[in-house]
Amino acid sequence: MLPENGLNSGHSYSTASEVMASADVKRVLSRIAHEVVEHNRGCTELVIVGLQTGGVWMAEELCSYLVEIATFPCVLGSLDISLYRDDHAFRPFIRSSSTDVPVSVQDKTVLLVDDVLFTGRTVRAALEAILDFGRPNAIQLAVMVDRGHRELPIRPDYVGKNLPTSRSEIVEVSQEGVRILKGVGNGS
Amino acid sequence: MARSLVSISDLRDDEISHLVELSRIFFEVNSREIPKVPTLRGKTIATLFFENSTRTRLSFELAATRLAADVLTFTLSSSSVSKGESLRDTAETIESLGADLIVMRHFSAGSVQLVSSWLDIPLVNAGDGAHEHPTQALLDAVTIMDHFKTGKRLDGISVAIVGDVLHSRVARSNVQLLSRLGANVTLVGPPSLLPLDLSLWPVRISNCLEDVLPGCDVIYMLRIQSERFSESLMPSIGEFSRAFALNSERLEMASKGAIVMHPGPMIKGVEITAEAAESPRSLIRTQVRNGVGVRMAVLYWLLGANQGRLESIW
Repeated sequence: MLPENGLNSGHSYSTASEVMASADVKRVLSRIAHEVVEHNRGCTELVIVGLQTGGVWMAEELCSYLVEIATFPCVLGSLDISLYRDDHAFRPFIRSSSTDVPVSVQDKTVLLVDDVLFTGRTVRAALEAILDFGRPNAIQLAVMVDRGHRELPIRPDYVGKNLPTSRSEIVEVSQEGVRILKGVGNGS
Repeated sequence: MARSLVSISDLRDDEISHLVELSRIFFEVNSREIPKVPTLRGKTIATLFFENSTRTRLSFELAATRLAADVLTFTLSSSSVSKGESLRDTAETIESLGADLIVMRHFSAGSVQLVSSWLDIPLVNAGDGAHEHPTQALLDAVTIMDHFKTGKRLDGISVAIVGDVLHSRVARSNVQLLSRLGANVTLVGPPSLLPLDLSLWPVRISNCLEDVLPGCDVIYMLRIQSERFSESLMPSIGEFSRAFALNSERLEMASKGAIVMHPGPMIKGVEITAEAAESPRSLIRTQVRNGVGVRMAVLYWLLGANQGRLESIW
């Protein structure tokens, strides 16, 4: 079982191909921010929650765009969903203390932010986790890359790029861009 | 045989540090509107207490509940032990019923180690005789770290452990853990209530509380465990109190920033007065509160996917 994104030390990859450059990532974030404003007319407060760890920088950047253009107040938070995963056998370690939801989400709109949408299991866990902080009016989902292979009925509200992949590939997302690493199997 | 937590010496330094980190994650969980996570759903945790307890047992059961585990409670008085069932048969029965972990307290030192050698599931020592009480030491360490903001270490912190050290499992676990984390530990009590040979313990020893108070950051009081001895180890309770009880006057002798701790149960008027226990410098209630998060960390560490190992998958 591979993690949904990021590098796994147990595997080696022959090739990497860049599908988005740093400038593309910036443009996409700005576009998503405008879509969020468009979809949330009349919103009283938006809580932007980045999922650890790949969603955190993206939530920060999105928030800084939204603060410029939104008519409603935006609050930034982060969520570690390790304790909610149904497959935590594969991810037993929560990294350093990393859940920070600074305000109650009761009756507010929550925007979950993650870098890659894959099986949907992370998002399912995040939905469960965020409900422990109150009952939001609505929860929306923004991702940089939707790579398919969904195992749960979950769809994103805002997508940076739809990227068809095979399961063995790894999608790497950062401020510097988006790359696909072609798997050549287990390196061990 | 699964990984168990019987003694502080079972833990490596990096594992202690990991447990401190996990504890703080669970403090955050406990501060939420709904302080419960589904992490150990489907696991069954049994509490097997051959000695009475309020804090430890409730704290473990609450920790298990907040991790969504199921709890099996064994009570000595209503069990088949009163019909003559042996410790081994009792423990094996609980394992056969499907418990995934046993939290055990017993009046005999070494009993938890012995039971863990018979079973395939992890055990957590919740106090065995006068031997050890490792989760109490962990929660005390985190409480001191968080109060003095010393991160994951206790370098330079001076701790006085006062009273009946001889019969105290809390003292045995705390001496090991606090000194490994860098604290300077001084044991204070009458010679009759201190262990005979302390030459191998990483501690200083004093028979005078007033001498020690001005130089310590933590005043850790212990209850006289009269249930563990029948011989006369002190002239009278009153005599002990006059020399070693923490009262308001003695608390004044300590440095301004010094804090008061006690593992409970307190016998107010014997080792500590109500005024000292309830003073703003007392962290006794914080200890109890932190106990839940620390025990969640221990249960998660032993029963989560890493099962008491530390190698990183990432």
